[in-house]
Parts: sequence; C-alpha cells; structure tokens
Amino acid sequence: MSKTLPERLIDENGLRLDGRRPEEVRPIKLKVGVLENADGSAYIEQGKNKILVGVYGPREAHPKHMVLPDRGILRCRYRMAPFSTDERKNPAPSRREIEISKVIRESLEPAVVTEYYPRTVIDVFIEVLQSDGGTRCAGIVAASLALADAGISMRELVSACSAGKAAGQIIIDLFDLEDKLGEADMPVALMSNLNAVTLLQMDGKLSREEFERAFEMAADACRKIRDLQVEALKERYQVPVDTGEQQTPQEENK
Amino acid sequence: MSTTPQPSHIATLERNMILELAAKNRRIDGRNPSDYREIKIEAGVIEKANGSAQVTIGRTKVMVGVKLELGTPFPDTPNEGVLTVNAELTPLAYPSFELGPPGENAIELARIVDRNLRESKAIDVEKLCLEPGKKVFVVFVDINVLDHDGNLIDASEYAALTALVKSKMPEYEVKDGQVILKETHQPLPMNNYPIAITFAKINKTLMVDPCVKEEDSMTTRLTVGIDKEDCVCAMQKGGMGELDVNEIKAAVETAIQKSREQRALIMEAA
Repeated sequence: MSKTLPERLIDENGLRLDGRRPEEVRPIKLKVGVLENADGSAYIEQGKNKILVGVYGPREAHPKHMVLPDRGILRCRYRMAPFSTDERKNPAPSRREIEISKVIRESLEPAVVTEYYPRTVIDVFIEVLQSDGGTRCAGIVAASLALADAGISMRELVSACSAGKAAGQIIIDLFDLEDKLGEADMPVALMSNLNAVTLLQMDGKLSREEFERAFEMAADACRKIRDLQVEALKERYQVPVDTGEQQTPQEENK
Repeated sequence: MSTTPQPSHIATLERNMILELAAKNRRIDGRNPSDYREIKIEAGVIEKANGSAQVTIGRTKVMVGVKLELGTPFPDTPNEGVLTVNAELTPLAYPSFELGPPGENAIELARIVDRNLRESKAIDVEKLCLEPGKKVFVVFVDINVLDHDGNLIDASEYAALTALVKSKMPEYEVKDGQVILKETHQPLPMNNYPIAITFAKINKTLMVDPCVKEEDSMTTRLTVGIDKEDCVCAMQKGGMGELDVNEIKAAVETAIQKSREQRALIMEAA
C-alpha cells in the first residue's frame, strides 16, 4: 500500500515520469460502437485509463413528471468501478462521483440539440474501469462519441483534456501521480469549432500568466483530440468508396 | 445520476427584462456587472462552535460553524490534520429546497468551498497534528444556508473563511502517549485567505454576485478562487451553457481585483 514516491516529477531532460514531454498527451485509443444493447457506445484508453460509455435514448422518461415539454433532458452518471483504483473503491456513489456526474452533464448539455427530442430523456452512463488521472476528461471524450454513435444531434463534438503544473512547469494531460503530487490540475472541455468551453475546473495554484498558458495548452490538446474523435467515428461509419452502397454497419445489425 | 434541472419558476416577463438589461450591461436591481450587493459579515455568532460566522449578501444568508474533533489522519498524510466541508441547503431557506440527504447542488457547493480552502492551503494542517499517524485535529466546516437569494457559493466561502480565521483550537500536551487537551485555546493556524468570486453569464454579459432571479436567467456560472498572492487556486464552471476564452480571462482579471476588497472585509470582521 505504501508506495515509494518519486523524487521529482520532471527529470533533467525535461521528461515526465512516464517519459512524456510537458505538452505531450498520453496515447489515446478510441473505439465507437462497443456495446450490443446501448443505442450508442464508445470506449477510450488514455494511458492506463480505460473507460466505457453507453448512451440510451432518446427514450421515454421514468418517472414521467421529470420530462420537459419543449426539450429532452440529459441524465449522466460517472461511476468508478471498485477495482479501478489502487485501493478498492467503495461502490457507493462518492461525493466526488456525484459532483463529476454533474459537471460532465453540464459539459455535454451545450452540445446536444435537446430541442429535437422533447418529452424524452437521454441517458449517458460512464463506467471508469481503470483510472489513472484525467478520467473526467477521457469520460467526456468517450461520452460525446457515444452520443454521436446513438445518432443524437449535436452542435459539435465535445473534446476534453486537463492541463496543470508539476515541478514548476505547465504540463498537459496529467496522470494520477502528477495530479496528486503536482501543483495544479485544470480539466477543460471544449467544443473546438465553436470555441466554446463547456467544462472548466481548477485546483492548485497558478498565477494569472500560468493559468492563461495552461488554458491555451489544454485547448490545443482538445483540438487535437477532436481529430482523433472524428477518426474514430469514421472508422465506424465510413462507407468504402468503391461499393457505392450507402449502408452503415450499424444499420446492418438492426 | 445527474439530471437536467426543471426550469425555474421565474416569470417569462421578468426573465426577458433581465436578459434585455444584461445586453446593455445593466441589472434589475440597478447594479453594475462588477458590483456586489451589500455584504455583512458577523463573526462568532455561535458560542458552542470553535468558530462561526454569518454572512449576508443582499438577501442571501449563510451561517458556517467550525467544530474541531480529535481523529486519526489519513494514512497517506500522517502528519496532517483533516479538513471536512459539508453543506446543507435547508428547506427553510428556499421553497424548492427539499428534505433529505444532500443533493448534487449541496455537494457541489461544499466541494467548491472545500477546494478553495484546501488548494490554497488556507489552514496550516501540519500544525493540527498531535501525534503523527495517530492523532490529529479534524476540522469540520458545516455550511448552513438560511436564506437563498443567489450566490450561495461566495456567501458560503466567505462565511467559512471568516469562521476559520475566528476559530479557536484547544492547547494540548502529550504525556506518555496520551493526548491531554487543556482548557486554554489558541487561534487555528492559518496560512492563506482564499476568496471565491462567482460570475453569472446572462445574455453574453458576465456579472458578479447574481441574485436568485439572475441565476434563474443565466446560462453559465463561473467561480474563480483567488488566494492572497493573487494566484488562482480554484475554478468551477457550472450551468448548462458555455464560455469563451476571453470571458474566462476577463473573469480571472475581475476576480483578482474583487478578491482584494472581499478579503479586506473578512479580515476586518474576523
């Protein structure tokens, strides 16, 4: 249980504990359409993070009184599996999970065109299977893919990445140790093409100049992640050019 | 599970009025976008608490009590005392506040205040350690919302900070491995004085200290925590809308300016 802590987070060559440079994002693997029953689903691996997102909806809401006459409502649950952390996580929802569920929902609300789905509910379930820092951002990246996979209208994909500070340097995409031992952590979610920030949290200590630099770095990373998201959607849905058939793989299944 | 909230009960006419005024940088109560309502801070309102304060911002009223108890430290921080922040949105404070365990709004409120205090290292937690790994003081900060007219975050944060600055910690001695608390007290060791500044984005205008009708009309909320060195120590975006880069940068700048005024108010009252 008591692991020896590293002496420094960035070495003399400017490399981080996992060998990354300050502005380098962990390797990201995205896959769209990974669940059988969900209307939309996506899976993300980012470093050691492994997160699965399933979307159901738009569907009828229970209890009925919660629906809105002029728009759909969004429900979101972020949950960490008990085995996702070094020490077992109690399966009861923690205050942290409740807060993160809220901020993730609020990061997706501006993207979803809920006016198209009055009197319905769209459910987003985010299951963190393994966590290594930055899970709310990775969860948002996968959640917006799962929403797209469910065919839900969106103004733009939501991309997310954290920036922060460790060993006096501004870095992006902090992993667990950097988050715990570093000086600051700031998750940012962005609708890249609209330049709209939909999630912004920060804890730690940043001067105004450091904050602005960290924010720009996080926003840049979000834009790069958006390219990966588009690639992942294409991989799932792009129809081979030579066949000339306009059938998507999902429609075949149904 | 977090659910899209039900729309507020504010009259459409009134909301339209707020939106129209916001487009002209004006507000329903005549304030400028960067004006707070009148802030009143009373320290030491509850004798039985180690520290307490009641903060009134306009018609919003929040009471915070601080209690110290002996407890065990977390295994990964054996030399540090423990800070716990809890918030109750009591049903007497607002018609739509309901009985029951804290919901996501109460939890978010408590966690924003917690983050401000914790990340700015407001309390010198190492001085709360009596016996490393065994006995420390646990600081309970309990936020009790009494009247809700918007901007609960700032009111709660100012009340929590005032109550902590005002808090008394028992003096103690350790004899043969036994901790003996004395009757005498010393001030709770403080390192920093973080100030939360909350903005509401209404019709593309950012304004500080929203009242409840403004909160009902806003799309997005942003809280910026500033420590005594003018550094950002906590941030939280809330609400169903979005922000652009320039809005965020402007908010940080305004927050730095405003935090100095609010800190002076708190230090004067405590």
